[in-house]
Amino acid sequence: MDLFQQLTQYAFSGLSTGAIYALIGLGFAIIYNATGIINFAQGEFVMLGGMLTYFFLTVLKFPFPVAMTAAVLVSTAAGATFERLTIRPLKKPTPLSLVIITIGGSIFIRGIAMLIWGKDTHALPPFSGNEPLTIAGATILPQNLWIFGITVLVIAVNKFFFYYTINGKAMRACSYNRTAASLVGIDVRRMVLLSFAISSTLGSMAGIIIAPLTMTAYDVGIMLGLKGFCAAIIGGMSSGIGTVLGGLLLGLLESFGAGLISSGYKDAIAFIILLLILFIRPQGLFSKAQTERV
Amino acid sequence: MKRDYLLFLLFTLIVLVAPAAFKGGYLLNVLVFMGINTMLAVALNLLLGFAGQISLGHAAFFGLGAYISGILTATHGLNPWLTMLIAAVVVGILAFVLGFPILKLKGHYLAMATLGFGIIIYIVFNETVDTTGGPSGLTGIPNLKLGSLTFDGDMKNYYLIWVFTLVTMLLSINLAHSRIGRALRAIHDSEVASRVMGVNARLLKVQVFTLSAIISAVAGSLYAHTMTFISPASFGFNFSVELVTMVIIGGLGSIFGSFLGAALLTLLPEMLRVVQDYDIVVYGLLLILMTMFMPGGLVRGIPAAALALLAKMSGEKVRNAEG
Repeated sequence: MDLFQQLTQYAFSGLSTGAIYALIGLGFAIIYNATGIINFAQGEFVMLGGMLTYFFLTVLKFPFPVAMTAAVLVSTAAGATFERLTIRPLKKPTPLSLVIITIGGSIFIRGIAMLIWGKDTHALPPFSGNEPLTIAGATILPQNLWIFGITVLVIAVNKFFFYYTINGKAMRACSYNRTAASLVGIDVRRMVLLSFAISSTLGSMAGIIIAPLTMTAYDVGIMLGLKGFCAAIIGGMSSGIGTVLGGLLLGLLESFGAGLISSGYKDAIAFIILLLILFIRPQGLFSKAQTERV
Repeated sequence: MKRDYLLFLLFTLIVLVAPAAFKGGYLLNVLVFMGINTMLAVALNLLLGFAGQISLGHAAFFGLGAYISGILTATHGLNPWLTMLIAAVVVGILAFVLGFPILKLKGHYLAMATLGFGIIIYIVFNETVDTTGGPSGLTGIPNLKLGSLTFDGDMKNYYLIWVFTLVTMLLSINLAHSRIGRALRAIHDSEVASRVMGVNARLLKVQVFTLSAIISAVAGSLYAHTMTFISPASFGFNFSVELVTMVIIGGLGSIFGSFLGAALLTLLPEMLRVVQDYDIVVYGLLLILMTMFMPGGLVRGIPAAALALLAKMSGEKVRNAEG
């Protein structure tokens, strides 16, 4: 395989993991914009997506599409329940207490998953066959195409939701100014609940579409969640194209870094980028700086 | 102020006589860990409780202290006391340099940046197999020696660790009551207001971050020399979270609170050993419930709960008397 083919190969795999990071990152950004919360438990919904699908598919013997749908529904319900039981009752939410509560939630969910499903790694079958296709000299699995397709679809639906539906517009209003939003009659608390539900939906979908490629286990959520957060930071916490580009960029850098430098340091690359961006451009690569208000 | 020093004196006495109750054995070993954890929690509390700056990467400083000291003694045969000093200086310089860009960030961003730093260091511990031994760990770290006295038994280690812990606590209590302590609390309440009042907030935050990192590194060296074996698993993200939990559960800004938090989190896994894998669930639940219902931590929550209970009971008495 010559260098060009190799580079194309890295690009393909980078773009498909990048698409996953983008989906998870969008989940972060949606909650952050509606509530100002960084949901450290976001990665656990990615894990739930994969693990629940595995559970429904192999233990309860559901057909594959039903298992996937059920997994997304259960994860969404879990996300909404999490918000309802822990975030909403909080009397005086501070950034610190919210960080701790969502970390606590993430440990709790991970622990429950470990108790129910054990510590084994499981693989989901690919959506449609395992026959690699050859494009520009590089091989690509059908699952990669599924990942691209579903990600594009989700981003389109996301865009439609936020710009053309009443709930989506209400959530955007909350992100601009929560007090003003409640003054014009928007039920802010319902929007917060909705943002948790949507982001756990996105997270669980990401978890399902990547599980056939990378396998799934009770603890995959930590890394995937953090990478998703990196994507959102690179994109300046926008719930739109910025985060998607951030995810793809991160996926590409990781893939090239792992291929050309060292695979052991693959995960470190993401965090070095995260630190550099936070140090140099904390507002993200694609947005303008804001002045601090006291 | 006087109250704190009296309490410290009482606490020191309890710590000094406590081993007599156990006569060695397994529990003494747990108490050694409790000392190391207390030291770490107090160090983090200076940053988190006083200056109000979160760090989700403190396990990295602890790990750096352990690995620098461990590698220099086990592989290069240096004196453990010297390596402890080297580790403290190196980590101090690193924290000082890193402190300026990292502490410019606030809230969630600061949490993520420190977390990222912690994970990078953790990956380095795992990947530099030639120097650190990688995931399987580093063995053959010598014990500390003082003249002909080698700190190799549980009892000796207990006193070694707790002397360091008590000194750390005393220094922190002093710091809390000093001008710097007040300035840090001012930064906690409002950074802008404190700067208006003439506090060099930026430098002070970096200084307390550095101090906190240095104490953690010393704790790491002590850990390496008492355990004689270290592996990256002890210095990962989970341990960073555990440290933050100790500080918060104990009570932000309270030195004795940090001890309570560290004590609880050291004993909890031992108590939950019977139920094995459930400990992680209980742990997550505890984190959520404590933040929701006891935001002031144990050190404020227990007296408040006791008072409330007392008030309720006496209220019932009054009602009974009336009836």
